Amino acid sequence: MNTTWSRFNVTSIVLGFAFLYLPIVLLIVFSFNESKLVTVWGGFSTKWYVSLFHNQGLMDATWVTARVGVISATVATVLGTLAALTLTRYTRFRGRILFSGMVFAPLVMPEVITGLSLLLLFVAIGLDRGFFTVTLAHITLTMCFVAVVVQSRLVSFDRSLEEAAMDLGATPAKTFFQITLPVILPAIVSGWMLAFTLSLDDLVIASFTSGPGATTLPMKIYSQVRLGVTPEINAACTLLIAVVAVGVIIASIANKRREVQRQLDEQAAQRG
Amino acid sequence: MSNIAITDAIAPSTAAKPLLTRLGAGFVNRLVIIVPYVWLLFFFLIPFVIVFKISLSQTAIAMPPYTPVLDFRDGISGFFAGFRNLNFDNYVWLTQDALYFKAYITSVVIAAISTVLTLLVGYPIAYGMARAPATIRPTLLMLVILPFWTSFLIRVYAWIGILKPEGLLNQLLLSLHIINQPLVILNTYTAIFIGIVYSYLPFMVLPLYSSLEKMDYSLIEAAKDLGCPPTSAFWKITFPLSLPGVIAGCLLVFIPAVGEFVIPDLLGGSSTLMIGKTLWNEFFANRDWPVSSAVAVILLLLLTVPIMLFQQAQAKAQEQGK
Repeated sequence: MNTTWSRFNVTSIVLGFAFLYLPIVLLIVFSFNESKLVTVWGGFSTKWYVSLFHNQGLMDATWVTARVGVISATVATVLGTLAALTLTRYTRFRGRILFSGMVFAPLVMPEVITGLSLLLLFVAIGLDRGFFTVTLAHITLTMCFVAVVVQSRLVSFDRSLEEAAMDLGATPAKTFFQITLPVILPAIVSGWMLAFTLSLDDLVIASFTSGPGATTLPMKIYSQVRLGVTPEINAACTLLIAVVAVGVIIASIANKRREVQRQLDEQAAQRG
Repeated sequence: MSNIAITDAIAPSTAAKPLLTRLGAGFVNRLVIIVPYVWLLFFFLIPFVIVFKISLSQTAIAMPPYTPVLDFRDGISGFFAGFRNLNFDNYVWLTQDALYFKAYITSVVIAAISTVLTLLVGYPIAYGMARAPATIRPTLLMLVILPFWTSFLIRVYAWIGILKPEGLLNQLLLSLHIINQPLVILNTYTAIFIGIVYSYLPFMVLPLYSSLEKMDYSLIEAAKDLGCPPTSAFWKITFPLSLPGVIAGCLLVFIPAVGEFVIPDLLGGSSTLMIGKTLWNEFFANRDWPVSSAVAVILLLLLTVPIMLFQQAQAKAQEQGK
């Protein structure tokens, strides 16, 4: 096939990526600014990172956010995987349309609505707002994203593998854990990571469902941003970006390795 | 198709398995459906019923700040007596205050304009990616997804430093002598447009790319060979074929943008009006839970049609995936 990659195409990609990345790059650069004015360069300095680690409020919020993220992403991954299995495997059961609606709607639902409705639920059942309620709210939101990610993998899954395993006498549970799970594992891992970053990122739903003593990092950053832009927030944001970037890079390297290994195995199998 | 035939062929052998195993499998099967189903019913659907109920209640200075509370403290009769106190006063209030009406209209208009702008910015990027050499396509795809992993709040925050009157954009334009006075962009609707286009761009590019990448490029060549000029080849072939991606991308941008809070709040300042911000203020500043619930109910009704379209598009994509 003759793919002409014209000058127009290259230009639009370069401009597009510049638009996507320039603001983040500038944010990172100015976190190393000596001057307190965020937009005037006053020399290189890491002092904002030092002051960041002495900011107890920010540190506490980071710890809360990390715990909420790990717990909610883990539970959401289990629930989301089950939801994905339901969507792809059980095409006929009562209320299936309602179910798929409930999985897809939260993906686009404005966060203010989700946040408000969850808060009103927690108040109605008399649950004290705090760490637990934020976690429940994040599970609900992120499990839908996990479901979509895992589902896209399950759709292309060759079910004859499972049937072969069952024919050879494997129980459904054994088939699932030895055949299905390893195949969809990359999707489950990226689902977990997506859930974790969404939880890490969320301001609106957390603000509604959180209570005293469970201030998350985005809530903390938001309340400081409202007071003005400071290099310290830039430093906090840079660290957050770094954590996510390292995670994504490790995951993609691991994925690539697995892919190479799989290809080698296939070649070996064909030769043998 | 052959898979189904095989399944049918082995069906007797499964039937011959011990009854207990089959019962166990049936139970597990049901559990796979029931657990996420019940979770979503309880944490997604029931909350909307509660929002609707509270939107019919009255504000009260208490905790929770609305009345009637509708619980069983006064027994069953007390629970039903509470229903008589529910009414549509909050909705009447929303129609009487022009502020809310204006906020809804502005939000829909802003979301619609931003969606079109995102499409205009995103289409050339997605097209360029789909035409790129196959070897670098995964890298380009990764580069589009990567900003999506970084915090939404941070990406919006980054623009404050750029758009401020003494910000980086004005510094650049002033030093290049393009302008003599700093432009006022922050705290205007322009800043909201920039914020939405920037934050939601990956949501537009990804579906566009996936439908453009699948396109058979030889169709364009055939059109060219037959003397069709490139622009009309684009409008007659490329664009119609990418329509599923266009629709999915537009819905993914439009629906959340209508209720957007962070962008109008941080970039739009106090002079701009959007319904997500109105709801937030009604709830956190005025502590008026019933009115904010009514605002949410109307917003949800407003978005029902786009959300259903989105679900249909998703279901369709799912069918095609099979």
